[in-house]
Amino acid sequence: MTDVSAAEAPSDRRSKMQVSDEVAIQITNMNKWYGDFHVLRDINLTVYRGERIVICGPSGSGKSTMIRCINRLEEHQKGTIEVEGIELTNDLKNIDRIRSEVGMCFQHFNLFPHLTILENCTLAPIWVRKVPKKEAEDTAMHFLEKVKIPDQAKKYPGQLSGGQQQRVAIARSLCMKPRIMLFDEPTSALDPEMIKEVLDTMIELAEEGMTMLCVTHEMGFAQAVANRVIFMDAGQIVEQNEPKEFFNNPQSERTQLFLSQILGH
Amino acid sequence: MTDRNFAYVRTEEAPRMPPPSDTHGPVHWLKENILSTMNDFSSPAKTVKSVVMMLLTVLSVLSAYAVISGMLTFLVVNGTFSIPEGVSGADACRENGGACWPFIAAKMRLMIYGAYPGEELWRVDVVYVLLAIGIAWVVWEKAPARGLVGALMLTAYPIVAFILLTGGALEGSWGAKGVWAVIGLALFGVGIAADKGVGGEALNAFSGAFKAIGGLLVGIVLVGAIFSIEFGLEPVRTSLWGGLLVTFVVALTGIVASLPLGIVLALGRRSQLPVVRMLSVIFIEFWRGVPLITVLFMSSVMLPFFLPPDTEFDKLLRALIGVALFSSAYMAEVVRGGLQAIGKGQYEGGMSLGLSYWQQMRLIILPQALVLVIPGIVNSFIALFKDTTLVLIIGLFDLLGAVQNQALKDPEWINPTAGTTGYIVVAFMFWVFCFGMSRYSQAMERKLYRGHKR
Repeated sequence: MTDVSAAEAPSDRRSKMQVSDEVAIQITNMNKWYGDFHVLRDINLTVYRGERIVICGPSGSGKSTMIRCINRLEEHQKGTIEVEGIELTNDLKNIDRIRSEVGMCFQHFNLFPHLTILENCTLAPIWVRKVPKKEAEDTAMHFLEKVKIPDQAKKYPGQLSGGQQQRVAIARSLCMKPRIMLFDEPTSALDPEMIKEVLDTMIELAEEGMTMLCVTHEMGFAQAVANRVIFMDAGQIVEQNEPKEFFNNPQSERTQLFLSQILGH
Repeated sequence: MTDRNFAYVRTEEAPRMPPPSDTHGPVHWLKENILSTMNDFSSPAKTVKSVVMMLLTVLSVLSAYAVISGMLTFLVVNGTFSIPEGVSGADACRENGGACWPFIAAKMRLMIYGAYPGEELWRVDVVYVLLAIGIAWVVWEKAPARGLVGALMLTAYPIVAFILLTGGALEGSWGAKGVWAVIGLALFGVGIAADKGVGGEALNAFSGAFKAIGGLLVGIVLVGAIFSIEFGLEPVRTSLWGGLLVTFVVALTGIVASLPLGIVLALGRRSQLPVVRMLSVIFIEFWRGVPLITVLFMSSVMLPFFLPPDTEFDKLLRALIGVALFSSAYMAEVVRGGLQAIGKGQYEGGMSLGLSYWQQMRLIILPQALVLVIPGIVNSFIALFKDTTLVLIIGLFDLLGAVQNQALKDPEWINPTAGTTGYIVVAFMFWVFCFGMSRYSQAMERKLYRGHKR
């Protein structure tokens, strides 16, 4: 599984993509508790425009919680998060603004089962961006073509395979023309045969310069696409580095153990 | 140990064949559904079971025959269909001993219109016909402009029906209406200004509430103004309404009011805001805790004591409010059941796209939750439709009341079978409407099913 896309994505492709100096996300001294449990401890992270960051770590390490804080699906209690220069506070207007700039794909897709694929894609542009219906549909078809399922537009999510559903979820997020995409284990609920089609879509997105944060265990994807890999454990960022160094020369003992476990079998 | 060779490669496709003939068809159906329980004699115990099943089958066929033939004898064979010359209707029915159909024919007007004055009956007819057309239009899937007709049925139709049935031209001061209209417009204006950012963040958050309350006030004043227009219709007091008319008015008002109210209460009960949640819980638990009959009785007997002595508060209107609030509490719990069945992922999907709370509810959560609870919703509607008979307790004569307390009290028609016939007809009419609702709900379920089990 680890070499799914590494083989066909030569590592020099990465170097062609420049990382700008523009800050997309700035997380400073962020802490979060679930009740008394300290889930995220002192998170500091700066994401520049165009970066492709892969976040990995054992389950329960807080990686999903961290990226869910970025669009306020989870609330942090201490520290600051700034997205596109807007600080996340309790102000609903700011939250809605950030959410419409930040796309997200979930492990279980979270498509709306009562709407067709096309309606799934046009819902938010029509109601949040106030785009005319016709224009929203054209945009939706454009992105559905991009994820290679335009012929399923009239079907309902329940009629599609898992891989197709996840690609629809990606297209649905793209229809909002987001500046940042978050992926929360997008391939964990998929059969091995379908993982590749989703990863290919994500690779294509990365090549176009989308700023991406991706929680995943697909190390092949990390090696092929990421410009930075972050390893989290017990609610902290333990190590981060560029992929080559990260995989070949991990510094912390915890990282070494984790890598030996997931790459060892 | 033997060496086994497991290697195998398929070289030709296995043919696709129809299923064997004994797995379908009428003979198979008979075997599966009727005979399978009574043709096993392989052991004494199984023989006993088969014989008992045979006896039970014979018994059920015989009792079904007895019931049906008894009904037919009473309704048709011994029934009175016409009255011979020189004999009174009651005597003719007494003679035959079966169903008294002339009684039903004579009392049909009472059952459908109550004591509504004869020369004004066309107004009720127009209301009935518009209702039938409206419902048929909305139910018929291929009809054009269904959404528009549906919206008209929920907005314009009640106004038209109210004016036609009561005669309109309500009294009321234009000055008070003007004051309320100005207040409503002012609130709406504040809402729009708040939306534009005037008054800062705090006011901005409530812009929706301002616009909603302002709009509602203006709407109420507008409806009130329409109701006070003089159309030249003879006023008909609600105490003259009766029969099917009262049944429909009470049931439809309850149905139309309880669904939106119930949805709001269900959302309120799941709200993050403690005050909203507590008010919803108190409302729901209060109305669910009292019997409908108590609600009606209180509204009719006790309420006048609490109101100023000369306030005129229509009895039917009081019953309508009581029924609507009562059934909305039940509806709230049905809807809440549906809301709880929708996973957290659906909310998160909506949130991550930047949809507001109300957009998530309206576009994502409620369309799924309501489809899930269609059986429960229609169950409530059917219960409500039948509960309308309880308005008898406060002296309103619905379909059942019109037969029981008005038609059967007519000395001209005193005979042993008039009552039975009347009750059978009433039961049949209720059954037709309830069965119709039930079938329609099943069709809706099938149509809206998206196979979404993910």
